[in-house]
Amino acid sequence: MTILSIPSPREITQPALDGKQGTMVLNMGPHHPSTHGVLRLVVELDGETVVNVAPDIGYLHTGIEKTVESKTYQKAVVLTDRMDYLAPLSNNLGYVMAVEKLLQCEVPARAQVARVLLAELTRIGSHLIWLGTHVLDLGATSMFMYGFREREQILDIFELVSGARMMTSYFRVGGLAYDLPTEFPATVQEFLNQMPARIDEYDGLLTNNPIFLERMVGVGKLNAEDALALGVTGPALRATGVAWDLRKDMPYTGYETYEFNVPIAQNGDNFDRYIVRMAEMRESVKIVQQALNRLLDLGPGPYITTDRKIAPPPKSEITHSMESLIHHFKLWTEGFKPPIGDAYVAVESPRGEFGCYIVSDGSPKPYRCHFRTPSFVNLQALPHMGRGCLVADLVTLIATLDPILGDVDR
Amino acid sequence: MNTTVISRVQAEFAEAITETREFRGDLSFRVRPEALLELVEFLRTDAELSYNFLENLTGVDYLGRDPRFEVVYHMLSHKNRHRVCLKVGLPEHRPHVATLTGIFPTANYQERETFDMYGIIFEGHPSLQRILMPEDWIGHPLRKDVPLGYEEVAFTINEQQVYERKTFAEE
Repeated sequence: MTILSIPSPREITQPALDGKQGTMVLNMGPHHPSTHGVLRLVVELDGETVVNVAPDIGYLHTGIEKTVESKTYQKAVVLTDRMDYLAPLSNNLGYVMAVEKLLQCEVPARAQVARVLLAELTRIGSHLIWLGTHVLDLGATSMFMYGFREREQILDIFELVSGARMMTSYFRVGGLAYDLPTEFPATVQEFLNQMPARIDEYDGLLTNNPIFLERMVGVGKLNAEDALALGVTGPALRATGVAWDLRKDMPYTGYETYEFNVPIAQNGDNFDRYIVRMAEMRESVKIVQQALNRLLDLGPGPYITTDRKIAPPPKSEITHSMESLIHHFKLWTEGFKPPIGDAYVAVESPRGEFGCYIVSDGSPKPYRCHFRTPSFVNLQALPHMGRGCLVADLVTLIATLDPILGDVDR
Repeated sequence: MNTTVISRVQAEFAEAITETREFRGDLSFRVRPEALLELVEFLRTDAELSYNFLENLTGVDYLGRDPRFEVVYHMLSHKNRHRVCLKVGLPEHRPHVATLTGIFPTANYQERETFDMYGIIFEGHPSLQRILMPEDWIGHPLRKDVPLGYEEVAFTINEQQVYERKTFAEE
Protein backbone atom coordinates (compact mmCIF):
# COMPACT_ATOMS: atom_id res chain seq x y z
CA MET A 1 0.00 0.00 0.00
CA THR A 2 2.87 2.38 -0.64
CA ILE A 3 0.87 4.32 -3.20
CA LEU A 4 -1.66 5.39 -0.60
CA SER A 5 0.88 6.58 1.94
CA ILE A 6 -0.06 9.83 3.62
CA PRO A 7 3.20 11.51 4.62
CA SER A 8 3.67 13.75 7.62
CA PRO A 9 5.59 17.03 7.03
CA ARG A 10 8.61 15.64 8.83
CA GLU A 11 8.93 12.82 6.32
CA ILE A 12 9.65 15.41 3.64
CA THR A 13 11.65 17.97 5.60
CA GLN A 14 13.95 15.51 7.39
CA PRO A 15 15.60 13.97 4.27
CA ALA A 16 16.15 17.49 2.92
CA LEU A 17 17.79 18.57 6.17
CA ASP A 18 19.93 15.44 6.07
CA GLY A 19 21.25 16.57 2.70
CA LYS A 20 19.02 14.89 0.15
CA GLN A 21 19.89 16.31 -3.26
CA GLY A 22 17.98 16.65 -6.48
CA THR A 23 14.65 17.90 -5.19
CA MET A 24 13.58 21.14 -3.59
CA VAL A 25 11.40 21.43 -0.52
CA LEU A 26 8.98 24.32 -0.69
CA ASN A 27 6.83 25.63 2.08
CA MET A 28 3.37 26.69 0.93
CA GLY A 29 1.32 28.45 3.51
CA PRO A 30 0.06 28.63 6.22
CA HIS A 31 -0.50 32.21 5.05
CA HIS A 32 -1.08 31.64 1.38
CA PRO A 33 -4.17 32.91 -0.43
CA SER A 34 -4.74 29.67 -2.33
CA THR A 35 -4.84 27.41 0.73
CA HIS A 36 -8.28 28.75 1.76
CA GLY A 37 -7.32 29.25 5.36
CA VAL A 38 -4.30 28.35 7.39
CA LEU A 39 -3.19 25.17 5.68
CA ARG A 40 0.54 24.61 5.38
CA LEU A 41 1.77 22.32 2.64
CA VAL A 42 5.29 20.98 2.61
CA VAL A 43 5.93 20.30 -1.05
CA GLU A 44 8.84 18.37 -2.50
CA LEU A 45 9.52 19.54 -6.03
CA ASP A 46 11.49 18.31 -8.98
CA GLY A 47 11.53 21.34 -11.18
CA GLU A 48 7.88 22.28 -11.31
CA THR A 49 6.58 18.76 -10.72
CA VAL A 50 5.33 17.76 -7.30
CA VAL A 51 7.19 14.67 -6.03
CA ASN A 52 5.51 14.56 -2.66
CA VAL A 53 3.29 16.79 -0.60
CA ALA A 54 2.33 16.71 3.05
CA PRO A 55 -0.35 18.86 4.65
CA ASP A 56 0.57 20.31 8.02
CA ILE A 57 -2.54 21.17 9.95
CA GLY A 58 -3.53 22.31 13.41
CA TYR A 59 -3.03 26.08 13.03
CA LEU A 60 -6.71 26.62 13.71
CA HIS A 61 -7.07 24.02 16.43
CA THR A 62 -9.24 25.53 19.13
CA GLY A 63 -10.02 22.46 21.20
CA ILE A 64 -13.73 22.44 20.45
CA GLU A 65 -14.07 18.79 21.53
CA LYS A 66 -12.53 19.60 24.89
CA THR A 67 -14.68 22.69 25.34
CA VAL A 68 -17.88 20.77 24.56
CA GLU A 69 -17.16 18.51 27.54
CA SER A 70 -17.54 21.48 29.86
CA LYS A 71 -20.77 22.85 28.35
CA THR A 72 -24.30 21.61 28.76
CA TYR A 73 -25.85 19.94 25.73
CA GLN A 74 -27.72 23.08 24.65
CA LYS A 75 -24.79 25.42 25.07
CA ALA A 76 -22.53 23.23 22.93
CA VAL A 77 -24.66 23.94 19.84
CA VAL A 78 -22.94 27.31 19.59
CA LEU A 79 -19.53 25.65 19.25
CA THR A 80 -20.58 23.49 16.33
CA ASP A 81 -21.16 26.60 14.16
CA ARG A 82 -17.52 27.43 14.43
CA MET A 83 -16.11 24.28 12.90
CA ASP A 84 -17.20 24.41 9.29
CA TYR A 85 -18.00 28.10 9.23
CA LEU A 86 -19.37 27.92 5.69
CA ALA A 87 -21.93 25.28 6.64
CA PRO A 88 -22.89 26.09 10.23
CA LEU A 89 -26.38 24.65 9.91
CA SER A 90 -25.13 21.27 8.70
CA ASN A 91 -22.94 21.07 11.79
CA ASN A 92 -25.83 22.12 14.01
CA LEU A 93 -27.94 19.44 12.41
CA GLY A 94 -25.46 16.63 12.98
CA TYR A 95 -24.93 17.60 16.58
CA VAL A 96 -28.56 18.10 17.59
CA MET A 97 -29.55 14.87 15.86
CA ALA A 98 -26.97 12.96 17.89
CA VAL A 99 -28.34 14.44 21.13
CA GLU A 100 -31.91 13.77 20.01
CA LYS A 101 -30.94 10.18 19.32
CA LEU A 102 -29.65 9.83 22.88
CA LEU A 103 -32.79 11.44 24.26
CA GLN A 104 -35.14 9.67 21.82
CA CYS A 105 -36.76 13.01 21.28
CA GLU A 106 -39.46 13.60 18.67
CA VAL A 107 -39.03 16.65 16.46
CA PRO A 108 -42.20 18.36 15.15
CA ALA A 109 -42.87 18.23 11.40
CA ARG A 110 -42.49 21.98 10.91
CA ALA A 111 -39.01 21.89 12.42
CA GLN A 112 -38.05 18.87 10.30
CA VAL A 113 -39.04 20.62 7.09
CA ALA A 114 -37.34 23.85 8.12
CA ARG A 115 -34.19 21.88 8.90
CA VAL A 116 -34.10 20.33 5.46
CA LEU A 117 -34.80 23.68 3.83
CA LEU A 118 -32.07 25.52 5.69
CA ALA A 119 -29.55 22.70 5.41
CA GLU A 120 -29.97 22.77 1.65
CA LEU A 121 -29.64 26.56 1.54
CA THR A 122 -26.43 26.06 3.50
CA ARG A 123 -25.24 23.63 0.86
CA ILE A 124 -25.91 26.13 -1.92
CA GLY A 125 -24.19 28.89 0.04
CA SER A 126 -21.18 26.75 0.76
CA HIS A 127 -20.86 25.61 -2.84
CA LEU A 128 -21.09 29.24 -3.99
CA ILE A 129 -18.10 30.15 -1.85
CA TRP A 130 -16.28 27.12 -3.14
CA LEU A 131 -17.06 28.08 -6.73
CA GLY A 132 -16.06 31.70 -6.24
CA THR A 133 -12.76 31.02 -4.51
CA HIS A 134 -11.91 28.09 -6.74
CA VAL A 135 -12.34 30.08 -9.92
CA LEU A 136 -10.50 32.98 -8.30
CA ASP A 137 -7.56 30.61 -7.81
CA LEU A 138 -7.61 30.05 -11.55
CA GLY A 139 -7.46 33.78 -12.14
CA ALA A 140 -11.08 34.69 -12.88
CA THR A 141 -12.17 37.42 -10.50
CA SER A 142 -15.72 38.06 -11.63
CA MET A 143 -17.10 34.66 -10.59
CA PHE A 144 -16.05 35.41 -7.03
CA MET A 145 -18.28 38.49 -7.02
CA TYR A 146 -21.23 36.59 -8.48
CA GLY A 147 -20.84 33.80 -5.94
CA PHE A 148 -20.80 36.23 -3.06
CA ARG A 149 -23.76 38.15 -4.47
CA GLU A 150 -25.99 35.07 -4.35
CA ARG A 151 -24.60 33.92 -1.03
CA GLU A 152 -25.54 37.30 0.39
CA GLN A 153 -29.20 36.44 -0.23
CA ILE A 154 -28.77 33.16 1.62
CA LEU A 155 -27.08 34.92 4.52
CA ASP A 156 -29.97 37.39 4.60
CA ILE A 157 -32.35 34.43 4.97
CA PHE A 158 -30.22 33.07 7.82
CA GLU A 159 -30.26 36.49 9.44
CA LEU A 160 -34.00 36.61 9.05
CA VAL A 161 -34.56 33.32 10.87
CA SER A 162 -31.81 33.38 13.47
CA GLY A 163 -30.55 36.94 13.77
CA ALA A 164 -27.05 35.89 12.76
CA ARG A 165 -25.54 35.67 9.31
CA MET A 166 -22.96 32.99 9.84
CA MET A 167 -22.94 31.66 13.41
CA THR A 168 -26.62 30.85 13.35
CA SER A 169 -27.02 28.18 16.08
CA TYR A 170 -30.56 27.94 14.81
CA PHE A 171 -31.18 24.22 15.22
CA ARG A 172 -31.65 23.32 18.86
CA VAL A 173 -32.14 19.99 20.55
CA GLY A 174 -35.80 19.17 19.90
CA GLY A 175 -36.41 21.57 17.03
CA LEU A 176 -35.58 25.17 16.19
CA ALA A 177 -34.48 28.10 18.30
CA TYR A 178 -37.40 30.33 17.22
CA ASP A 179 -40.32 30.04 14.89
CA LEU A 180 -39.84 31.00 11.25
CA PRO A 181 -40.78 34.65 10.64
CA THR A 182 -43.82 35.47 8.49
CA GLU A 183 -41.77 36.98 5.66
CA PHE A 184 -39.65 33.82 5.44
CA PRO A 185 -41.53 32.00 2.63
CA ALA A 186 -41.59 35.04 0.37
CA THR A 187 -37.88 35.70 0.85
CA VAL A 188 -36.93 32.11 0.09
CA GLN A 189 -39.26 32.05 -2.93
CA GLU A 190 -37.62 35.18 -4.30
CA PHE A 191 -34.23 33.53 -3.99
CA LEU A 192 -35.51 30.32 -5.60
CA ASN A 193 -36.94 32.25 -8.54
CA GLN A 194 -33.55 33.76 -9.29
CA MET A 195 -31.17 30.93 -8.51
CA PRO A 196 -31.65 28.48 -11.45
CA ALA A 197 -30.96 31.23 -13.98
CA ARG A 198 -27.93 32.29 -12.00
CA ILE A 199 -26.52 28.75 -12.04
CA ASP A 200 -27.06 28.76 -15.81
CA GLU A 201 -25.01 31.95 -15.95
CA TYR A 202 -22.12 30.33 -14.09
CA ASP A 203 -22.40 27.36 -16.40
CA GLY A 204 -22.19 29.65 -19.40
CA LEU A 205 -19.19 31.45 -17.93
CA LEU A 206 -17.17 28.39 -17.00
CA THR A 207 -18.21 24.97 -18.25
CA ASN A 208 -17.10 25.47 -21.86
CA ASN A 209 -14.36 27.98 -21.22
CA PRO A 210 -11.18 26.56 -22.86
CA ILE A 211 -8.80 28.09 -20.31
CA PHE A 212 -10.90 26.72 -17.49
CA LEU A 213 -11.10 23.27 -19.09
CA GLU A 214 -7.34 23.18 -19.61
CA ARG A 215 -6.78 23.53 -15.91
CA MET A 216 -9.54 21.14 -14.91
CA VAL A 217 -9.95 18.17 -17.20
CA GLY A 218 -7.75 15.21 -16.38
CA VAL A 219 -5.98 17.01 -13.53
CA GLY A 220 -5.90 15.55 -10.03
CA LYS A 221 -7.45 12.20 -10.79
CA LEU A 222 -8.72 10.01 -8.00
CA ASN A 223 -10.31 6.63 -8.63
CA ALA A 224 -13.20 5.16 -6.68
CA GLU A 225 -11.18 2.46 -4.95
CA ASP A 226 -8.57 4.89 -3.63
CA ALA A 227 -11.21 7.42 -2.65
CA LEU A 228 -13.00 4.84 -0.50
CA ALA A 229 -9.74 3.60 1.02
CA LEU A 230 -8.76 7.17 1.89
CA GLY A 231 -12.14 7.83 3.46
CA VAL A 232 -13.14 10.53 0.99
CA THR A 233 -16.81 11.50 1.18
CA GLY A 234 -19.09 14.07 -0.37
CA PRO A 235 -18.80 15.56 -3.86
CA ALA A 236 -15.17 14.41 -4.13
CA LEU A 237 -16.29 10.79 -3.71
CA ARG A 238 -19.30 11.13 -5.99
CA ALA A 239 -17.06 12.57 -8.71
CA THR A 240 -15.29 9.19 -8.79
CA GLY A 241 -18.52 7.38 -9.67
CA VAL A 242 -19.60 6.18 -6.25
CA ALA A 243 -23.23 7.19 -5.77
CA TRP A 244 -23.04 7.44 -1.98
CA ASP A 245 -25.07 10.22 -0.43
CA LEU A 246 -26.27 9.89 3.15
CA ARG A 247 -29.38 11.88 2.32
CA LYS A 248 -30.36 9.16 -0.13
CA ASP A 249 -28.77 6.04 1.32
CA MET A 250 -29.29 6.49 5.03
CA PRO A 251 -31.95 9.23 5.10
CA TYR A 252 -32.51 11.47 8.09
CA THR A 253 -34.88 14.39 8.84
CA GLY A 254 -37.27 13.03 6.23
CA TYR A 255 -34.97 13.29 3.20
CA GLU A 256 -36.54 10.09 1.87
CA THR A 257 -39.75 12.02 1.17
CA TYR A 258 -38.08 14.57 -1.13
CA GLU A 259 -37.46 14.04 -4.78
CA PHE A 260 -33.89 14.68 -5.84
CA ASN A 261 -31.06 13.01 -7.70
CA VAL A 262 -27.56 12.26 -6.52
CA PRO A 263 -25.29 13.71 -9.22
CA ILE A 264 -22.24 11.61 -9.97
CA ALA A 265 -19.39 11.73 -12.49
CA GLN A 266 -16.93 9.09 -13.60
CA ASN A 267 -13.37 10.40 -13.95
CA GLY A 268 -12.73 11.82 -10.48
CA ASP A 269 -10.72 14.75 -11.81
CA ASN A 270 -11.03 18.44 -11.00
CA PHE A 271 -13.61 18.98 -13.67
CA ASP A 272 -15.83 16.18 -12.39
CA ARG A 273 -15.73 17.54 -8.87
CA TYR A 274 -16.79 20.88 -10.34
CA ILE A 275 -19.60 19.30 -12.36
CA VAL A 276 -20.90 17.34 -9.36
CA ARG A 277 -21.04 20.42 -7.14
CA MET A 278 -22.75 22.47 -9.84
CA ALA A 279 -25.38 19.74 -10.26
CA GLU A 280 -25.77 19.50 -6.49
CA MET A 281 -26.68 23.16 -6.33
CA ARG A 282 -29.49 22.57 -8.82
CA GLU A 283 -30.70 19.56 -6.84
CA SER A 284 -30.61 21.60 -3.64
CA VAL A 285 -32.72 24.28 -5.27
CA LYS A 286 -35.27 21.54 -6.06
CA ILE A 287 -35.26 20.30 -2.47
CA VAL A 288 -35.63 23.82 -1.06
CA GLN A 289 -38.64 24.40 -3.33
CA GLN A 290 -40.28 21.16 -2.17
CA ALA A 291 -39.57 21.96 1.45
CA LEU A 292 -40.97 25.46 1.06
CA ASN A 293 -44.20 24.14 -0.48
CA ARG A 294 -44.47 21.62 2.33
CA LEU A 295 -43.93 24.33 4.91
CA LEU A 296 -46.78 26.38 3.42
CA ASP A 297 -49.02 23.30 3.36
CA LEU A 298 -48.24 22.50 6.98
CA GLY A 299 -49.16 25.95 8.20
CA PRO A 300 -48.28 27.22 11.65
CA GLY A 301 -47.45 24.67 14.31
CA PRO A 302 -44.96 23.85 17.02
CA TYR A 303 -41.35 24.45 15.98
CA ILE A 304 -39.76 22.71 18.93
CA THR A 305 -40.68 19.63 20.93
CA THR A 306 -43.34 20.13 23.58
CA ASP A 307 -41.38 17.96 26.01
CA ARG A 308 -40.68 20.50 28.73
CA LYS A 309 -37.80 18.44 30.06
CA ILE A 310 -35.88 19.15 26.84
CA ALA A 311 -37.13 22.42 25.39
CA PRO A 312 -37.99 25.51 27.44
CA PRO A 313 -41.64 26.62 27.64
CA PRO A 314 -42.71 29.75 25.75
CA LYS A 315 -42.12 32.99 27.59
CA SER A 316 -45.84 33.72 27.86
CA GLU A 317 -46.37 30.60 29.96
CA ILE A 318 -43.62 31.46 32.40
CA THR A 319 -45.42 34.53 33.70
CA HIS A 320 -48.44 32.61 34.96
CA SER A 321 -47.46 28.95 35.34
CA MET A 322 -45.28 27.90 38.25
CA GLU A 323 -44.45 24.60 36.58
CA SER A 324 -43.21 26.34 33.44
CA LEU A 325 -41.02 28.59 35.53
CA ILE A 326 -39.51 25.56 37.23
CA HIS A 327 -38.88 23.89 33.88
CA HIS A 328 -37.26 27.02 32.52
CA PHE A 329 -35.12 27.38 35.61
CA LYS A 330 -34.04 23.73 35.58
CA LEU A 331 -33.18 23.82 31.87
CA TRP A 332 -31.03 26.93 31.99
CA THR A 333 -29.31 26.21 35.28
CA GLU A 334 -28.78 22.50 34.95
CA GLY A 335 -29.85 21.29 31.50
CA PHE A 336 -31.31 17.93 30.57
CA LYS A 337 -29.72 14.57 31.26
CA PRO A 338 -29.65 12.03 28.44
CA PRO A 339 -29.46 8.39 29.56
CA ILE A 340 -26.08 6.66 29.78
CA GLY A 341 -24.93 5.48 26.38
CA ASP A 342 -23.38 6.65 23.17
CA ALA A 343 -24.67 7.59 19.73
CA TYR A 344 -23.15 8.28 16.35
CA VAL A 345 -25.04 10.30 13.79
CA ALA A 346 -23.80 11.20 10.33
CA VAL A 347 -25.25 13.82 8.02
CA GLU A 348 -24.29 14.84 4.51
CA SER A 349 -22.68 18.24 4.90
CA PRO A 350 -21.65 20.19 1.76
CA ARG A 351 -18.15 18.75 2.11
CA GLY A 352 -19.09 15.16 2.86
CA GLU A 353 -19.98 13.10 5.86
CA PHE A 354 -20.19 15.10 9.06
CA GLY A 355 -20.37 12.67 11.96
CA CYS A 356 -20.99 13.33 15.60
CA TYR A 357 -20.18 10.76 18.26
CA ILE A 358 -21.48 11.58 21.73
CA VAL A 359 -20.92 9.62 24.92
CA SER A 360 -23.31 10.42 27.73
CA ASP A 361 -22.58 9.49 31.35
CA GLY A 362 -26.05 10.57 32.47
CA SER A 363 -24.94 14.08 33.47
CA PRO A 364 -26.13 17.33 31.82
CA LYS A 365 -22.80 17.68 29.99
CA PRO A 366 -21.49 15.40 27.23
CA TYR A 367 -18.82 13.06 28.58
CA ARG A 368 -17.17 12.95 25.19
CA CYS A 369 -18.10 14.52 21.91
CA HIS A 370 -16.16 13.71 18.77
CA PHE A 371 -16.75 15.36 15.44
CA ARG A 372 -15.85 13.39 12.36
CA THR A 373 -15.39 16.30 10.04
CA PRO A 374 -15.32 15.76 6.28
CA SER A 375 -12.53 18.24 5.53
CA PHE A 376 -10.14 16.55 7.98
CA VAL A 377 -10.59 13.12 6.45
CA ASN A 378 -10.80 14.31 2.84
CA LEU A 379 -7.52 16.19 3.16
CA GLN A 380 -5.72 12.85 3.31
CA ALA A 381 -6.41 12.40 -0.39
CA LEU A 382 -4.32 15.47 -1.26
CA PRO A 383 -0.87 13.79 -1.21
CA HIS A 384 -2.17 10.95 -3.33
CA MET A 385 -3.79 13.26 -5.87
CA GLY A 386 -0.99 15.80 -5.81
CA ARG A 387 1.96 13.55 -6.65
CA GLY A 388 3.09 14.08 -10.21
CA CYS A 389 1.09 17.22 -10.91
CA LEU A 390 2.43 20.75 -11.31
CA VAL A 391 2.66 23.23 -8.43
CA ALA A 392 0.07 25.43 -10.09
CA ASP A 393 -2.31 22.47 -10.26
CA LEU A 394 -1.87 21.82 -6.56
CA VAL A 395 -3.73 25.08 -6.03
CA THR A 396 -6.64 23.80 -8.12
CA LEU A 397 -6.55 20.49 -6.28
CA ILE A 398 -6.95 22.12 -2.88
CA ALA A 399 -9.80 24.19 -4.27
CA THR A 400 -11.74 21.26 -5.73
CA LEU A 401 -11.18 19.16 -2.61
CA ASP A 402 -12.70 22.14 -0.77
CA PRO A 403 -11.32 21.77 2.75
CA ILE A 404 -12.38 24.34 5.31
CA LEU A 405 -9.63 24.73 7.85
CA GLY A 406 -11.95 25.40 10.73
CA ASP A 407 -13.48 22.05 9.89
CA VAL A 408 -10.08 20.35 9.62
CA ASP A 409 -8.64 21.59 12.90
CA ARG A 410 -11.70 22.07 15.08
CA MET B 1 -29.60 -6.39 9.87
CA ASN B 2 -28.31 -6.15 13.44
CA THR B 3 -29.27 -9.76 14.21
CA THR B 4 -27.54 -11.07 11.07
CA VAL B 5 -24.34 -9.24 11.96
CA ILE B 6 -24.50 -10.41 15.57
CA SER B 7 -24.97 -14.06 14.63
CA ARG B 8 -22.24 -13.98 11.98
CA VAL B 9 -19.73 -12.25 14.23
CA GLN B 10 -20.61 -14.36 17.27
CA ALA B 11 -20.13 -17.53 15.24
CA GLU B 12 -16.68 -16.49 14.01
CA PHE B 13 -15.34 -14.50 16.95
CA ALA B 14 -17.09 -15.86 20.05
CA GLU B 15 -13.82 -15.62 22.02
CA ALA B 16 -12.85 -12.12 20.97
CA ILE B 17 -16.16 -10.36 21.62
CA THR B 18 -16.61 -9.44 25.26
CA GLU B 19 -19.86 -7.51 24.91
CA THR B 20 -22.55 -7.02 22.29
CA ARG B 21 -24.82 -4.06 22.71
CA GLU B 22 -27.72 -2.53 20.84
CA PHE B 23 -28.50 1.01 21.91
CA ARG B 24 -30.92 3.27 20.02
CA GLY B 25 -30.75 0.84 17.11
CA ASP B 26 -26.97 1.06 16.84
CA LEU B 27 -24.95 -2.11 17.12
CA SER B 28 -21.65 -2.16 18.96
CA PHE B 29 -19.16 -4.84 19.89
CA ARG B 30 -16.54 -4.67 22.59
CA VAL B 31 -13.48 -6.44 21.21
CA ARG B 32 -10.26 -7.73 22.75
CA PRO B 33 -7.42 -5.57 21.36
CA GLU B 34 -5.44 -8.56 20.07
CA ALA B 35 -8.38 -9.71 17.91
CA LEU B 36 -9.15 -6.31 16.41
CA LEU B 37 -7.27 -6.61 13.13
CA GLU B 38 -8.71 -10.02 12.40
CA LEU B 39 -12.26 -8.88 13.09
CA VAL B 40 -11.92 -5.73 10.98
CA GLU B 41 -10.49 -7.76 8.12
CA PHE B 42 -13.37 -10.23 8.44
CA LEU B 43 -16.01 -7.47 8.47
CA ARG B 44 -14.41 -5.84 5.45
CA THR B 45 -13.87 -8.89 3.25
CA ASP B 46 -16.94 -10.97 4.10
CA ALA B 47 -19.16 -10.93 1.03
CA GLU B 48 -22.41 -10.71 2.98
CA LEU B 49 -21.36 -8.07 5.54
CA SER B 50 -18.87 -6.08 3.43
CA TYR B 51 -18.08 -3.18 5.76
CA ASN B 52 -15.98 -1.47 3.14
CA PHE B 53 -15.64 1.98 4.68
CA LEU B 54 -14.04 3.15 7.90
CA GLU B 55 -16.12 6.15 8.85
CA ASN B 56 -14.85 7.25 12.17
CA LEU B 57 -12.08 6.45 14.59
CA THR B 58 -11.68 8.13 17.92
CA GLY B 59 -10.77 7.64 21.55
CA VAL B 60 -12.57 8.07 24.85
CA ASP B 61 -10.98 8.44 28.27
CA TYR B 62 -12.93 6.75 31.06
CA LEU B 63 -10.77 7.99 33.91
CA GLY B 64 -11.14 5.84 37.00
CA ARG B 65 -12.43 2.85 35.11
CA ASP B 66 -10.49 -0.21 34.04
CA PRO B 67 -9.60 -0.33 31.16
CA ARG B 68 -9.21 3.42 31.18
CA PHE B 69 -9.08 4.16 27.46
CA GLU B 70 -11.33 3.09 24.69
CA VAL B 71 -10.77 3.36 20.95
CA VAL B 72 -14.01 3.53 19.00
CA TYR B 73 -14.30 2.50 15.36
CA HIS B 74 -17.34 3.05 13.16
CA MET B 75 -17.45 0.91 10.06
CA LEU B 76 -19.96 1.38 7.29
CA SER B 77 -21.24 -1.05 4.72
CA HIS B 78 -22.23 0.74 1.55
CA LYS B 79 -23.85 -2.44 0.29
CA ASN B 80 -26.12 -3.04 3.30
CA ARG B 81 -26.35 0.62 4.36
CA HIS B 82 -25.48 -0.45 7.84
CA ARG B 83 -23.09 0.81 10.47
CA VAL B 84 -21.30 -1.17 13.12
CA CYS B 85 -19.31 0.13 16.04
CA LEU B 86 -16.26 -1.61 17.49
CA LYS B 87 -14.82 -0.65 20.86
CA VAL B 88 -11.44 -1.65 22.18
CA GLY B 89 -10.59 -1.13 25.85
CA LEU B 90 -6.98 -0.21 26.58
CA PRO B 91 -5.15 -0.04 29.93
CA GLU B 92 -3.95 3.18 31.55
CA HIS B 93 -0.31 2.14 31.39
CA ARG B 94 1.06 2.17 27.84
CA PRO B 95 -2.23 1.96 25.94
CA HIS B 96 -1.47 0.41 22.59
CA VAL B 97 -3.43 -1.25 19.81
CA ALA B 98 -2.63 -2.37 16.27
CA THR B 99 -3.00 0.23 13.53
CA LEU B 100 -5.69 -0.05 10.88
CA THR B 101 -3.70 1.92 8.30
CA GLY B 102 -2.76 -1.32 6.53
CA ILE B 103 -6.41 -2.10 5.88
CA PHE B 104 -7.91 1.38 5.70
CA PRO B 105 -5.41 4.13 4.77
CA THR B 106 -7.99 6.63 6.02
CA ALA B 107 -7.14 5.58 9.58
CA ASN B 108 -3.85 7.47 9.22
CA TYR B 109 -4.97 10.96 10.25
CA GLN B 110 -7.62 9.72 12.62
CA GLU B 111 -5.15 7.54 14.50
CA ARG B 112 -2.67 10.39 14.61
CA GLU B 113 -5.37 12.59 16.09
CA THR B 114 -6.27 9.97 18.70
CA PHE B 115 -2.59 9.60 19.57
CA ASP B 116 -2.25 13.36 19.83
CA MET B 117 -5.29 13.76 22.05
CA TYR B 118 -5.02 10.64 24.24
CA GLY B 119 -1.50 9.28 23.88
CA ILE B 120 -2.77 5.96 22.58
CA ILE B 121 -0.05 4.16 20.61
CA PHE B 122 -1.10 2.62 17.31
CA GLU B 123 1.50 -0.02 16.66
CA GLY B 124 2.75 -0.16 13.11
CA HIS B 125 1.48 3.29 12.15
CA PRO B 126 3.79 4.75 9.46
CA SER B 127 4.12 8.21 11.05
CA LEU B 128 2.61 8.41 14.48
CA GLN B 129 3.24 12.08 15.20
CA ARG B 130 1.19 14.88 16.64
CA ILE B 131 -1.22 16.32 14.12
CA LEU B 132 -3.31 19.09 15.69
CA MET B 133 -1.22 20.13 18.68
CA PRO B 134 2.25 21.69 18.24
CA GLU B 135 5.07 19.16 17.92
CA ASP B 136 6.69 20.20 21.21
CA TRP B 137 3.46 20.03 23.21
CA ILE B 138 3.66 18.08 26.45
CA GLY B 139 0.71 15.93 27.44
CA HIS B 140 -2.46 14.81 25.73
CA PRO B 141 -5.18 17.46 25.98
CA LEU B 142 -8.36 15.39 25.73
CA ARG B 143 -7.44 13.17 28.68
CA LYS B 144 -9.80 13.74 31.54
CA ASP B 145 -6.98 14.57 33.98
CA VAL B 146 -5.91 17.55 31.85
CA PRO B 147 -7.78 20.65 33.01
CA LEU B 148 -9.45 23.05 30.61
CA GLY B 149 -6.96 25.87 30.16
CA TYR B 150 -7.70 29.54 29.85
CA GLU B 151 -6.00 32.87 29.25
CA GLU B 152 -6.06 35.38 32.04
CA VAL B 153 -7.70 38.60 30.83
CA ALA B 154 -5.94 41.85 31.66
CA PHE B 155 -8.04 44.83 32.75
CA THR B 156 -6.79 48.30 33.61
CA ILE B 157 -7.17 47.51 37.30
CA ASN B 158 -4.85 44.50 37.21
CA GLU B 159 -2.89 44.59 33.94
CA GLN B 160 0.42 45.09 35.72
CA GLN B 161 0.04 41.91 37.76
CA VAL B 162 -1.42 39.89 34.85
CA TYR B 163 1.35 40.85 32.43
CA GLU B 164 3.98 39.96 35.02
CA ARG B 165 2.56 36.43 35.20
CA LYS B 166 2.43 35.90 31.47
CA THR B 167 5.29 34.15 29.76
CA PHE B 168 5.65 36.62 26.89
CA ALA B 169 6.45 39.36 29.41
CA GLU B 170 9.71 37.64 30.27
CA GLU B 171 11.02 37.46 26.72
